[in-house]
Amino acid sequence: MQLTLRLAHLYPDHMNVYGDRGNIIALRQRCQRRHIALEVIPVNPGDTVDWQTMDLAFFGGGQDSGQALIASDLIERQGPGLRAAIAADLVVLAICGGYQLLGHYFLTHTGERLPGLGVLDVYTIAGKRRMIGNIVIEVDLGKGPWQLVGFENHSGRTFHGPGVQPLGRVLVGYGDNGQDRKGGAIYRNTFGCYLHGALLPKNPQLTDHLIELALRRRYGTQVELAPLPAERELTAQRVMVQRLLSRR
Amino acid sequence: MSRLRTTTALTLARTAGILSRRLGFGGGTSLPGQLARAIDPAILTNFCHALPAGVILIAGTNGKTTTSRMLAAILEQAGVSLLHNRAGANLLPGLTTVAINNADWRGLPRASCALFETDEAALPQAIAETHPRLVVLLNLFRDQLDRYGEIDTIARHWRQALQQLPATSTVVFNADDPAIADIVHQLPVRTVAFGLADERHAVGAATHIADSQFCHTCGHRYQYQRIFYAHIGHYVCPQCGHRRPDPVIALTVLEPRGLEGSDLQIDHPNGQIRFHVPLPGLYNAQNALAATAAALALGIDTSTICIALSQIQAAFGRIERISAGSHGPTMLIALIKNPVGASETVRMFTTATTRPLHLLIAINDRFADGTDVSWLWDADFEPLAQRVAHVTVSGTRAADMALRLDYAGVATEAITVIDDLPTALDTALAALPPGETLAILPTYTAMLELRSEITRRGWARPFWEA
Repeated sequence: MQLTLRLAHLYPDHMNVYGDRGNIIALRQRCQRRHIALEVIPVNPGDTVDWQTMDLAFFGGGQDSGQALIASDLIERQGPGLRAAIAADLVVLAICGGYQLLGHYFLTHTGERLPGLGVLDVYTIAGKRRMIGNIVIEVDLGKGPWQLVGFENHSGRTFHGPGVQPLGRVLVGYGDNGQDRKGGAIYRNTFGCYLHGALLPKNPQLTDHLIELALRRRYGTQVELAPLPAERELTAQRVMVQRLLSRR
Repeated sequence: MSRLRTTTALTLARTAGILSRRLGFGGGTSLPGQLARAIDPAILTNFCHALPAGVILIAGTNGKTTTSRMLAAILEQAGVSLLHNRAGANLLPGLTTVAINNADWRGLPRASCALFETDEAALPQAIAETHPRLVVLLNLFRDQLDRYGEIDTIARHWRQALQQLPATSTVVFNADDPAIADIVHQLPVRTVAFGLADERHAVGAATHIADSQFCHTCGHRYQYQRIFYAHIGHYVCPQCGHRRPDPVIALTVLEPRGLEGSDLQIDHPNGQIRFHVPLPGLYNAQNALAATAAALALGIDTSTICIALSQIQAAFGRIERISAGSHGPTMLIALIKNPVGASETVRMFTTATTRPLHLLIAINDRFADGTDVSWLWDADFEPLAQRVAHVTVSGTRAADMALRLDYAGVATEAITVIDDLPTALDTALAALPPGETLAILPTYTAMLELRSEITRRGWARPFWEA
């Protein structure tokens, strides 16, 4: 049986800074190498999307201007369908600006409250200091703890409510807000965090986890993800994790 | 008092520069200026004020070093006594160092004109301190977002600074970059637009690294009739009608001649000029166009321009040709530092020849490179799939780059990772069949390391003399 997954790429023209398309490249490579077809459907402002046909969604970071241009389309046009799909375990990865926009709101310097989609129980407050640098987060996706590595560059400070689980604990770097060592948030199959790098290429455990979640949701829980070597991926991860942890 | 301060600043700064070179700390291209500025903050302004033919600034994400070098060659050909930050130190201390090195004991210039390539973040301050008569704006692409921030922010700062220019100044700008055209729109100075008109070099559709696809006036998506790369092309806003300004200086014919260079034809208000520029790629053709536009705006005659540009040599690491020893193979060094530049370099190598490529790619993540290597994922390395005979990957982020190539479709057995750069260079040269060229793609600090290694081996001169 040909396994096929459909991925909605949210606003690729507006939300595409910091190499976040590397995440799509990684998903495509690790699907293709297992003979899983990955269809990528770009979602631009004004597009109509049948969210029930989607297995995955990716939402990257953007410049402030890009974010402002898509926010209302996200909430008004895609809002109802995307919310329902997330409640029905759509597999979502949201980075940086995309992460913020899935939360309740973004509170600007001037006290203006910019609404988000509100599917993640997080909110973001504009910060004065930009949090820039390499970041290591310890995560456990059910197969034992490991260290996820990336690069963060944000001034928004994101705080969690009780409706989300942290993706991991920050070992090196600032994390969501620079205060509570929380790095990223999980709700059902939706994952949000500030990690660029790009995130997925160097963290194949997470890439495979997302693919597996999507396959099981589409084709049933008996589906096993075919094993696939990840030597180059894990080398890139190990080199950075070791370098960063040794400097602590 | 002010003269004493200037003299003290000069003496100390020059001594520091000499010491820096003697002690082997490198070229001393920034430290003297930094010292002098601490003692006499007005030193650069006073110096520039005394230049009879004034100051020219060149800024843009990509191409500023090569374009400055081209314009410098033209000005020198025209007999202008020129000073120029050709070693590439393009922050204010670097500019000040060049001024100091060309000043007499009173701090007054020993040249008539200054040409400074200027870092994107430093341009507003450079405009404020040097009061340029001519500013050349090339392009704005995403580059080291960890250092510079968003390009929207840079564009805003540029526009604010340019609004302070005296009305007698000229701004020569790239009409094909909507971010640049927007910065220049309705500035109260003389503006001269240049642009690409040879539509054979357009590609199909907007690429994923297009940063400025949306109209700055109304936010609607630009419609492109032609796109050359990234967001460079012929655009119009279907909503408000804001469109690419018509260039008065246009590149009408670009005939590529492999890795040897290109034949160019440039149209200008008084006719047409044709010459061969011995640097390959669309990028360098565009740099030659920008230099030509700037020279014409300065009133330099076309024959001088043709002579200078047809003899131009590559700037340090900008598709620079170096032999590995007296009978050794040729190395072509092409700096890569941001996604658009890297993509265009890959495009140049994959289109200039049909032979399998031999590469050395060295990626560092030190401060001057940008500590974030995310940009590797925005750059298009995919054209290298099926085209690489062998690639050696080196630098502090060799593992990231090897993975990038693997995911771009380069055969995994063609990739060798060697962290140490001198060893990587040996490996790459050893793997090179006779008669083939080694293409070397380093980031900025990797290029400096490489340069010192090949200088140590006696294959090239130090960079501050190059």
